[in-house]
Amino acid sequence: MAVKDYLRERFLPHLWCPGCGHGEVLGGLVRAIEQLGLSKNEIVMVSGIGCSSRISGYVDFHTLHTIHGRALAFATGVKIARPELKLIVPMGDGDALAIGGNHFIHAARRNLDMTALVMNNRIYGMTGGQFSPLSGEDVSATTAPYKTIDRGFDVVELAKAAGATFVARSTTFHVQQMTDIIAKAIRHKGFSVVEVLSQCPTYFGRKNKIGDAADMITWFKDHTTPIGSKAKQEDPGLIERGIFVEKQEPEYCEEYEKVVARAKGRRS
Amino acid sequence: MAKPKLKQHHINRDWCKGCGICVELCPKKVLALDEQDKVTVVRPQDCICCRLCELRCPDFAIEVETQE
Amino acid sequence: MGKTPKFVQGNEACVEAALYAGLNFFAGYPITPSTEIAEHLSVRLPQLGGKFIQMEDEIASLCAIIGASLTGCKVMTATSGPGFSLMQEALGYAIMAEIPCVIVNVQRGGPSTGIPTHVAQGDVNQARWGTHGDHAIIVLTASNHQDVFAMTVEAFNLAETYRTPVILLFDEVVGHMREKLVLPEPGDLPLVERLHTSVKEGVDYHPYLPREDGRLPMSDFGGVHRYNVTGLVHDMWGFPSTDPKVVHGLLRHLVDKIENRAGILAHYREHQLEDAEVVMISYGSSARSALHVVEDRRRRGERLGLLELQTLWPFPHELVRRKCAQAKAVVVVEMNMGQIMQAVKLSVPQPERVFLANRIDGNFITPADIMNILRIIQGKGV
Repeated sequence: MAVKDYLRERFLPHLWCPGCGHGEVLGGLVRAIEQLGLSKNEIVMVSGIGCSSRISGYVDFHTLHTIHGRALAFATGVKIARPELKLIVPMGDGDALAIGGNHFIHAARRNLDMTALVMNNRIYGMTGGQFSPLSGEDVSATTAPYKTIDRGFDVVELAKAAGATFVARSTTFHVQQMTDIIAKAIRHKGFSVVEVLSQCPTYFGRKNKIGDAADMITWFKDHTTPIGSKAKQEDPGLIERGIFVEKQEPEYCEEYEKVVARAKGRRS
Repeated sequence: MAKPKLKQHHINRDWCKGCGICVELCPKKVLALDEQDKVTVVRPQDCICCRLCELRCPDFAIEVETQE
Repeated sequence: MGKTPKFVQGNEACVEAALYAGLNFFAGYPITPSTEIAEHLSVRLPQLGGKFIQMEDEIASLCAIIGASLTGCKVMTATSGPGFSLMQEALGYAIMAEIPCVIVNVQRGGPSTGIPTHVAQGDVNQARWGTHGDHAIIVLTASNHQDVFAMTVEAFNLAETYRTPVILLFDEVVGHMREKLVLPEPGDLPLVERLHTSVKEGVDYHPYLPREDGRLPMSDFGGVHRYNVTGLVHDMWGFPSTDPKVVHGLLRHLVDKIENRAGILAHYREHQLEDAEVVMISYGSSARSALHVVEDRRRRGERLGLLELQTLWPFPHELVRRKCAQAKAVVVVEMNMGQIMQAVKLSVPQPERVFLANRIDGNFITPADIMNILRIIQGKGV
């Protein structure tokens, strides 16, 4: 199948701003699914609210556009009810880690077999450019006219600590790596987290005078480095990308089958 | 493996939003924005078919077709 | 084979009824006084091959059952006041996206943490209007365990019939009290199953286009029809729309499908209303005391009757108007500051004849409490 066969082409061009990284993430995602050769009927995409969440409208899967921050909770219900389905849960940074932070850590803790995709542009775009828990310090936003003092989460460290069994990071500059990582994350049995650094030229870029979309993407090239690289040792400020965690742990739906077996055994 | 050879760039002008990502990040400066801020191919002979424009286009507006 | 009576809590009666109705997915979070529902289902659902999950909070619990419902499961969650408050946004989502689900609220005293182990009926208006925006909702209740069973089954049936969340608004006394429950045999109570679309693969399926009879056939996630579900105003395919005609049409549909059926949705019991000069209206556990008063005073020749509401919303205005037509006084017995009394006043031609007999101190309203208030209303002094 061609990449466009996974899209609901009648809704394109999409509503994202010119140069928005979310379109690149959508591209990487459908290319990953094409590589995996998944059937459209076996995929359920669950999204929350915000710019990122509109991604579910553009893909020809079973799509569930939910409420702010709760995508993983809805996805949990779908997955436990029908474990054979592939769950993909794209979320924005505020969606996943502010209002949805609790669901994020608990989904990771359970190790449900699903893929959480954090489309991190460090800003609330839909509401016009407020800072998020991934903005970090010293960032300008419409609610941080004197720059942020809030420290940001490190999604990778958070996901690792919460128990995710696949944790990776890429960027919209490194599109081939991003596609490859998303494919691996979907294939992974267990809870996978992929953070994609994405650009919001309209709000984050403009407010912080980083330049246009291409300049923001180039920033990702200049400020990231492969995990454990020599460059990282020389410049600890660089953001590492790649696969941080990939391990097999008991998966929730499979463990639940053991509960059913124990319950039925006890009754007979 | 032989290097892929360009057949054609397919540009979907309806979907292109003129963000310029493909233009600025093309390693061979093959693309440009026209007077309507839509991407256009100005130096096809220099294209190395790396497809980065296609992969980085947020709007699915470019497809690089190569010869078999 | 004779039917064996059980001696159970109301919460357990609710569990038995949910399983009878075909519940196969429950997600919940512990909260007094509803916790026994989750506890019993954690035992029973795995035995039956169903799914039980304890979520991280009540928000996630309702979200999870909505997700599971979309795969074709019959789903339920159970909570109490604070948890029910947290669920309001997802409740609106289920209303908007028309997803069948059952939400049990075993009421305790509020507001806030309130008085968790004591009884109240203060969530009546929250159940009606807790989520934002114009909407309609079905809210059922019961005063005894046999009716808890019947109303729980009915909640699942109505959820499937109208593609809507249904709220079971019980209270602490009904939830925790133990009394007899005779389990109906399979087939004794009718069950409504999920209506699936007959549209074949490859043919355009409209998840939000009502049939002639008003029902909207569903297609399970994972099936052959891939469609969109959203809390945004949406068209008949489930895709967002801001077209004024679509917006208006959807809101009217969501409200009309329930409000226009208030008559057939009205479940109730009546006791000696035929010649009643004083009509008491009550529901849930407070109706037990009201019934006691009716039986007691009838023995003394007083013409008292009781209308026990089992459907609180949509409010059965027509039923109440009819049953109160001959009454000299209407006394609403409830454990709040008059939430149903307000609706009763809207139903009758002479609202000044509607009185409140209530108790809001965390204690159960007793027949003596009601009698004391009746004496005042009837001008007989305390």
